[in-house]
This record gives sequence, C-alpha cells and structure tokens, in this order.
Amino acid sequence: MKSLSKIRIILILFSVFLGLLYAAPNFFSSSVQNNSFNFLPGKKINLGLDLKGGSYLLLKADMEVVFAEKLESLTSDIRSTLRKAKIGYKKLSVKEDYVSFEMRTGSSVEQIKSAILKLDKNLIIEINTNNFQIKFSDANKQKITKTTMAQAIEIVRRRIDETGTNEPSIQQQGIDRIIVQLPGLDDPSRIKKLLGKTAKLNFQLVHPTILSEDINKDSKSPPGYVVLEEDKNSDRLYMVNKRIMVSGEMLKDATPTFDRNNSPSVSFQLSPLGGKKFGRVTGKHVGRAFAIVLDGKVVSAPVIQTQIFSSGQITGAFSVQETNDLALVLRSGALPAPMIILEERSVGPGLGSDSISSGKIASIIGLIAVMVFMLITYGIFGVFANIALFCNIIFIIALLSLIQATLTLPGIAGIVLTMGMAVDANVLIFERIKEEFNAGRKIVDAIEAGFQRAISTIIDANLTTLFAALALFSFGSGPIKGFSVTLMIGIATSMFTAIVITKYLVLFYSKKKNINNILF
Amino acid sequence: MKLLRLIPSDTNFDFLRFKKIAFIFSTIIIIGTFISLLINNLNYGIDFKGGILLELRSNTSNSANIDDLRKKVSTLNAGEVSIQNFGKETDFLVRIQKQDGDQKQQIAMIEKVKSLTSKDYTVRRSEFVGPVVGDELKTAGMLAVSLALLSIMVYIWFRFEWQFSIAAIIALTHDVLTTVGLFSILQLEFNLATIAAILTTAGYSINDTVVIFDRVRENLRRYKSKDHYFIYNKSINETLSRTVITSVTTLIALFIIFFFGGAVLSDFALAMIWGVLIGTFSSIFVAVSLLTFFNINKGDKVDDQSNIPEYERNN
Repeated sequence: MKSLSKIRIILILFSVFLGLLYAAPNFFSSSVQNNSFNFLPGKKINLGLDLKGGSYLLLKADMEVVFAEKLESLTSDIRSTLRKAKIGYKKLSVKEDYVSFEMRTGSSVEQIKSAILKLDKNLIIEINTNNFQIKFSDANKQKITKTTMAQAIEIVRRRIDETGTNEPSIQQQGIDRIIVQLPGLDDPSRIKKLLGKTAKLNFQLVHPTILSEDINKDSKSPPGYVVLEEDKNSDRLYMVNKRIMVSGEMLKDATPTFDRNNSPSVSFQLSPLGGKKFGRVTGKHVGRAFAIVLDGKVVSAPVIQTQIFSSGQITGAFSVQETNDLALVLRSGALPAPMIILEERSVGPGLGSDSISSGKIASIIGLIAVMVFMLITYGIFGVFANIALFCNIIFIIALLSLIQATLTLPGIAGIVLTMGMAVDANVLIFERIKEEFNAGRKIVDAIEAGFQRAISTIIDANLTTLFAALALFSFGSGPIKGFSVTLMIGIATSMFTAIVITKYLVLFYSKKKNINNILF
Repeated sequence: MKLLRLIPSDTNFDFLRFKKIAFIFSTIIIIGTFISLLINNLNYGIDFKGGILLELRSNTSNSANIDDLRKKVSTLNAGEVSIQNFGKETDFLVRIQKQDGDQKQQIAMIEKVKSLTSKDYTVRRSEFVGPVVGDELKTAGMLAVSLALLSIMVYIWFRFEWQFSIAAIIALTHDVLTTVGLFSILQLEFNLATIAAILTTAGYSINDTVVIFDRVRENLRRYKSKDHYFIYNKSINETLSRTVITSVTTLIALFIIFFFGGAVLSDFALAMIWGVLIGTFSSIFVAVSLLTFFNINKGDKVDDQSNIPEYERNN
C-alpha cells in the first residue's frame, strides 16, 4: 500500500472520467446537448411522475364478472355436449359459482364425467346421487385470468394510444392489476372514462309483442328473454332476447358522425362475416325492433326497416364528445373484464417543476454546507473528503442515468441525505488516524492503520444500512422504491469514494509533503 | 487555520453512569408512545386509510381564502373533510374521506371538487387511494419494517456475538417505536414517506450502533484485564468524536431538506431529524447499556486478531 500503484491511479481516474461522462447529460438542457454535446453516450436521469408531472392509475380487472360469464358459456357448452352424446339431463343452470344439473335415470355417471372432462380436463365435478355440480378449478381460473389480462392490457393500450397521450406505460402488476402511467397528463378524467367502459356491444332482438310500456322492473320475462334498462333513462325498459344476433367482435370500424336529424351518432362497419349474419337476421325480422346493447344497457332500439348488411348507425341522445369516445372504444374492442380504479395519483406540471427546483436548491445548499463543515473540521483532509464527496455525487448521478432508475422527490431527499451520511466513512477513517497518531504512531503508520481498521467498521455499518434500504425496495411502491434505489446507490458509491479515492489523496499528499504531524 | 473541534480527542465521560436515567427516560417515552397511540392513534394519510387528496393553488395570489374554500367544499356533503394551508399562503391541501359506495363514487367526488374549484384554483396534485390498496400498503409497510429489523438482527448475530444482536435490536425497536410515537403525539400525517423515513432512521441508527459495537469488540480483545464497564465506556468515548461529527453532517443535510426541500418533504425531514437524534442517543444509552446486562466472554476470541495490524498483535 505504501507505493502508489500507477495502474490503480489510472483506474481511479478512469472511473471518475466515466462518471463525469455519464452524469454530464443531466447538466445540459436537451437542446444544448443535441447541438453541441451529441457525442455524450448517456441519457438523462429518468424523472418520476411526481417530478415531471403526469398521472398514475392502478386498475384491477374485475375477474368475478369474467368467471360468471365463463360459467354461462360453460353451461351452454355442457348443454351441447350432453345433447350430442344423447345423455338425458334436467335443471341445467348456473348456481353461485358452479353449473348444476340433474341426471335423468338411465344415464351413466362415468359417461357424463368423461364427456364433461373432454371439454376441459381441469374442471372439478362433484356428484351427489344424481345431482352434478361443475366448478372451475384453480388451474382453470388461472388460465382464464392470464388470457383475460393479456387481452385487457392490449385493449387498454389501444384505447390510450388513440387519445394521443405521449409515452404511456402500461404494465401488469400482480395477478389481476394493471399500472398505467401517463407522463405529462395531469387530468386523467377522459382516460378514466374511456377505461370505465368495457364497451361490449351486442345487437339483440326485442320481444315482438311485449312492449316497453307493458313492463316494469319486476316483470317476469318469458324464457330466453331478459329485461334491460335504457342507457340514458333507467326507467325505460325493454324485453330483449338473450340471443345475440351480432356482437362487437364482428365490428370492423366505428367513426363518429351525424345522423339525418344532424344529431351526433356513431356509424359502424361490420366484418364480412358479421355483415352476412346481420343481413340474414335483419332480413328475417323486418318490422321488428332490435336493441343496440352496450355494456348491458340499451342505447337505442330502432325498428328494422329493411334488410341491413354490413354498415349502420347507432343513434341515441349523444353529445359530440360521447360519440367520439364511443367510436374510440368500439374501434379498440371490448375490454374482457370491467376495470376498477384502485388508486390514482396525478401531479400537475407546476408542482413537478417546483419540486425539481426545490430539490435542486436543497441539494446544492446541502452539498455546500456539508463541504464547509468538513473543511473547518478537517482542514486539508476535509478537502480530500470533499473531493470524494463530489465524486460520490457524480457517481450517483451517473449510475442513476446509466441504469435509468426513476428519480422521485423522495429520491432527491435520498441524495441529500447521502451527502450527509457519505462523509461518515471519511470521518471514521480520519478519526481513526487521529487516534492512532495520538497513541504514538508515526504519521505514515497512523494513516495506514487508520484506513485498515476503519474499513471493517465501514463495511459492517454500511451493510446493515443496506438491509434497511433493501426492505424499502421490496416494500416499494413508486416514489419509495425510487428513494431506496438512490439510497442503495449512495451507500455503494460512498464506500468506493471513501475507501479508494480519499485513501489515494491522503497517501499522495502525505508522501509528497512528507508531513510528520497530524493536521486536524 | 484553526480547525473546529466539536469533541476533544481524549474524552473520558462515564456514560454508563447515566444508564439508569437513560432507561427511565426511554421507558417514559415508550409508554408515552403507547398511551398516545391508544388515545390519538395515528393520523393516517390517504395512503393507508384510503380517500381523496387534492393540492390546490389559488389563481389570484392575494385573495386566497381558506374559509371560502371550506364553504365551497362543504356544499358537496363529502363527509369528513380537512382543509389546511400547505407550504405557502396560496396553497391548500384538501383531504376528503373515503366516500360511501363503490369506486365510481370516489372518482366522481374528485371530479366534483375539481369542477367546483376550477375557476379560482389550479389543481397541482390529486390523489385517490382505494381502501383495498390502503390496507395492502399498511401490511406491506409493517412487513418491510419487520423484515429490515430481522435481517439486521441476523447480520449482527453473525458478525458479533448474539448478545450484541439482542442489544442492537432492542435499541432499534426503541427508535422505530418512538418515531411512531412522535407522529402520534404531534399528529403528523403518517404516510408512505413516513415508512421510508422510519426505515432510513433505522438504517442510520444501526450504522451508529455497529460503529460503537465494532469498537467494543476490538477493545474486549485488547483490554482483557479490564472489566466490561471500563471497556464499554472507553469504546463510547473513543468513537464519540465520530458519532457527533456524523450526526452533525447528517443533521445539516436534513435541516436543509426541511427548510428548502418544499412542503412535501418537510414532514419526512422532520421524522428523520428526530430519528438521527434518537438513534444517536439509543446507540450509546440503550444498545451499549444493554450490553452490561450480559457477561460477554472476552476469552473465546483469543486467536482472532485478523483485523489488528501485524505490528500490534499479541500484545
């Protein structure tokens, strides 16, 4: 250690140079960098939404609704399977979370079981004498959730993209949640409205003789029919056939437009297959009303005047904005599950830039104050500690830029705090040197002993702090995670700067000046 | 140049003499914490209890009026509402309790407040946390603190003797509890940032404790003929200068965040300032004092002189 290895010095200088290189972009505005400093390799630090302004939404897919739907379709699958296999059954229906039916005498339990398991081998079948209960297993549910989420994320992305939001980030979190981050958008109400609709569009026939005037909320519906409310007027009810003529999946395009009376409406185009189907049904039912059902509510129920094929118009009591949004959600496709907003955080651009500037001021004042304190406490050694501290800040900025970690407001506090704590390693070393010197050692030996003995303390002390930072990281939601990342980086860089940079500065100085007295 | 010397280099205070007083003091503040928690509970922010928060800034700088804002918001019948100044005269924080009904009601309430105040105020920040997320964050927060304490305990147990790890963890729990107590007594908002502050405080405090313990371990080997009381006191004294200087630099940084870091960070800084003070106190008066209750063996590490320089071994 007594000889200053040239290679090591070069390595240290090189690492400081790299630090400066990667930290540099953060000190220029983007335009300056693009014009004069485009040779710089790194990117700027990635600012969190709390600093650059924007919205954060945590959505949850309501899987219960999806399971209920899947149970319905399982019921019809079971029906057709049993029919095809010519197995007698009765009372086939959906109960709470299972499909239930009774076996007619003369059927074989094993035959039914194998027929149903052919649909899906993971289904759970419980049999009580002649009553069958079929449930989804966890494996079924997991699979349903997985495909639902993949689809939901895709649809959410499409809807957000259509609004023209800049660089949105849409990620799955956990099993059934989606995090949506919208930088620069401080009022997400339109996005929330767009995501609030599943936008399941169905065309269904209205009962030919039971008219809206004849029914109230308690009316019994004939088999195969269901009572639905009107979208804008929940008092107006329709008796609607459960069978779906054409669904939104067969939609090719939807655009906002105006109808003949010049009121806002949405015109749509069906796919060739959908058009064929639509034409067949409308041709058969001229003169009958059909309901345009959106998310379980009737938007309007026009009478079929003539056979309709691939295009049509949806009219209702819409505003222009509503037709724009409706067309958008229809184009992007239906969400496979309703989305519940669990958490929303929006920061306006004003607060964000205020936070940045107060963060900058706090950092600069903090740095100067700590440096002054170190200078008046340790003199020339304080200068060494300050050089190390300055390098430390550069390394933190460089690493944050390099790994593109997100810097949040608590993260800035973490940096300022690190300045205060980073000098600790230097303080430990200097105090130890002083002790060793006072104990009667020669200055060079004191320096050597000081470094050597302080290092194990520094490592122990910093590792334990690291555990706290790791706990923060694992707990981490947004800003807190950002804080823990800066803290961890700060711990690592401060150990490096104190142990390596300060040491070489001190050794270099004590050799050159040939000092023989302690200087602080 | 005359240099600043906060602590003379060869102090010889009898810290452990104040052991009893310190224990009484610690017991009182911990009992105070529990009493305050029973009576006042914690002033949970919306992160944990769910609800709505809006930060508004008046568009006209001099006519900002908290009563006017109160009157406006009260027309919404939103239930429990709190409105306070935030940092500046013209800035306000509006907190609204979780609304009855489903998530749609919550979202609708944000829109209502926004449209009600949009003429005179700019919305600088709006937050909504649903009750599900609030409960999850609470659990996660407690888990994080416990996890941190546990991992620190295990580390110290491996690096030192088990007695050190017990003493350290009691001191650390003491710091965490009293910081929570500070928030309860002053009714400061207890939110996610507070958890971050508590964990950072824990990190700082353990740092301090480990430095002193390190010296205790070293001195136990070096002064085999002396009694524990002498060794502990000597260790605290030898590290005192470092303890004070590091506390001062950290406090400088924290006070600067407190004064210049903006309103969002000021509570965070306050929690940490308390944490550094209590952490420094507990390292000396709780952690080291607790060691006196154990009879830590000086002899079983005779051969381990690995971190003592060669010229000094076997003295």
